[in-house]
Amino acid sequence: MAVTRTPLTGNSSSAATAAASDALGGASKAGSGERPSLARRVVARHGHPREWVWGYLMVAPLALGLAGFYLWPIVQSVYYSFTSWGAFGGQQWAGLANYRAFLSDPQLPKAAWNTVLYSLLLLASIPASIVFAALLNQVRGRSVGLYRTLYFIPVVSMPAAVAMVWRWLYNGDYGLINYLLSLVGIHGPHWVSDGRFAVYAMALVGIWAVVGYNMIIFAAGLKGIPRHYYEAAELDGAGRVRQFFSITLPLLSPSIFFVSVITVISGLQMFDYVLLMLGRSNPALADSKTIAYLFYEYVFLDNEQGMGCAIAVVLTVVLLLLTAVQFRLQKRWVHYA
Amino acid sequence: MTRKLSALLCAAALVAAASACSSASSAAGGGDATGPVTLTYGIWDPNQKPAMQQIVSAFEKLHPNITVNIELTPNADYWQKLQTEAASGTAPDVFWMSTTRIGLYAGQGQLLPLTGRSGFDNSPFPASLNSIYTVGGKQYGMPKDYDTIGLWYNKKLFDAAGVAYPTAAWTWQDVIDASKKLTDPAKGTWGIASPDWTQENLYNDIYQAGGWVVSPDKKSSGFTDAKTLAGIQYALDFITKYKTSPTAQQMTDTDPSQLFASGKVAMFTDGDWDALTYKNAPGLQADVAPLPAGPQGRATVINGLANVIYARTPHAAAAWEFVRFLGGQQANAIQAASGAVIPAYHGLGDAWVKAMPQFHLQTFVDQLDHAVPYPVSANTGPWATADQTILDQIWAGKLSLSAGAQQLKSTTDADLAKG
Repeated sequence: MAVTRTPLTGNSSSAATAAASDALGGASKAGSGERPSLARRVVARHGHPREWVWGYLMVAPLALGLAGFYLWPIVQSVYYSFTSWGAFGGQQWAGLANYRAFLSDPQLPKAAWNTVLYSLLLLASIPASIVFAALLNQVRGRSVGLYRTLYFIPVVSMPAAVAMVWRWLYNGDYGLINYLLSLVGIHGPHWVSDGRFAVYAMALVGIWAVVGYNMIIFAAGLKGIPRHYYEAAELDGAGRVRQFFSITLPLLSPSIFFVSVITVISGLQMFDYVLLMLGRSNPALADSKTIAYLFYEYVFLDNEQGMGCAIAVVLTVVLLLLTAVQFRLQKRWVHYA
Repeated sequence: MTRKLSALLCAAALVAAASACSSASSAAGGGDATGPVTLTYGIWDPNQKPAMQQIVSAFEKLHPNITVNIELTPNADYWQKLQTEAASGTAPDVFWMSTTRIGLYAGQGQLLPLTGRSGFDNSPFPASLNSIYTVGGKQYGMPKDYDTIGLWYNKKLFDAAGVAYPTAAWTWQDVIDASKKLTDPAKGTWGIASPDWTQENLYNDIYQAGGWVVSPDKKSSGFTDAKTLAGIQYALDFITKYKTSPTAQQMTDTDPSQLFASGKVAMFTDGDWDALTYKNAPGLQADVAPLPAGPQGRATVINGLANVIYARTPHAAAAWEFVRFLGGQQANAIQAASGAVIPAYHGLGDAWVKAMPQFHLQTFVDQLDHAVPYPVSANTGPWATADQTILDQIWAGKLSLSAGAQQLKSTTDADLAKG
């Protein structure tokens, strides 16, 4: 089944991306002192407003598309979350009924915990990505492209295909992973049909799929660290490990911050692996549902679109709060050079 | 100059993109009642498209002023798309309908009743199938095809274990005894695969035990009836008591039909639709026998598709002409010759049976005599989904059957009460 993210939650991630990169840009602006912004200087020099008109015209196609296909649906979703839907439309005002029903859904605590657990596990991709990026930074010559491609392939692979292949690898009786484990005398479990393991199995695939993307961001961050810092550190007698923790990590912290914001947002929206790797009939499903999967069940299996919108609104609010908290905390550990 | 040009191009691209979205919906129209009419026919199975196209061509020859466009939507997107189209008034004029959705679509006024239309005749179709597509005393679907369940078995494994092939005289006890003899842990083969699938397994067992799923008034479910539980217990015992079936986890990781096709499982109750899979499975020598008799005798669930007319079609008369033709002998004969499904029309199963002579496919047709309609209600989807989740827990051993039955009963009844 083809799975697409909802416009509502999908937008929140792109908005946060924009906000995060804005923060990065904003910081560098602060560093450059009191000079007026580039746009203002351009206008001041040329003096006629036609440049502005053209600017808006150029942005218009994208802005109109964004307003029509993202912003307006968000407004609609918020409205629909207060309505009750028939299977074929014809919604009625329902007040807070959807929110009440969702918050008292007995499946909610477990699903919320699974979602949080998955997101926390997904954060493990950050140290892994940094290590890979640092290693890749050491590689010289043509093979850099090869390694970069290898690590990036999971990012551009179809989630459906990824899920199918991993499902096969995870097969309890005939899977490659359990076969390899059996060689060292371990009797592997049924990874994706046992409720005790399924969330971890999915998180491993999630990490595997995202490492390549994070790695590219960190590699770019590493390239931005001036070499003479390391030379100076070497003169001062700092070893490789000390250099990593005292120079690399602090100067990479803006990238780490950006990646962690993105990771938490995508982790909390996890849905595709539950449907594609576990499927709708699976003894592990009851223990492995996520918030976004509950959304899918309500909307596409039970025809309760109003309820689905309520879930999306709650998820978006939680995401916004979490992202706001991350932005507040960044002041304590993110160093902008 | 170049700047203006590029802005123009951007604007043009935007208009093109916007208009591409709206062009699809206008295809359903096509002239007034007297002039030429174009109908849209919504289907989801690409394997059946050639047969449907043949039927359409035959129909167009008889009705030169009606054109039928087949709109194929893969099954994964079919219902989602149809529901959206129905909500916005743009669903196909005629489309395929399943038993699990008929209550919802007919009950919510999305379909035109067929009962009472000129020339309506449902006598060539199995009565159990007609009954599923009858809502509130009116029939909404013209049966298209049907499927029943049979006991598929692996001849090689039976021969190796020295067990006689299943016959029409077999009872539950015969299946249990055979499954024990056919299970060989050393070779990794099981006697039977008994998943918690409702249509292929549990509903049949429930009816064979004399139990019931949904009451005739569609207001309550029978999951706490002792006979219903006996049927579910029989299926569950293969895993928990006799250990002659792979576990729920094993059958989740590897589909039971795959286990059967690859010779890991000796018996599997499955529908006629997998005949082609088993025919093409390398090294598999399989055949099919009628389902065994339970404490209350024989029973198989019957399910099948139907052709329906969209309530808001602007061409109701032409749509009815087409649906009447789809329910006629000529159209069903074309379906039978294609070999993909058993046509619903009485007496036309022969061509389908002969398509795969290595199997006793006649079994599926003969079992019509004790076919029980697939259980449905006004909105089958929600409780069918909820039931499956609970059954999954029972099958995984996390929930006892008695406690699970209480949950099945309360969830299903709550959904039935919503209508």
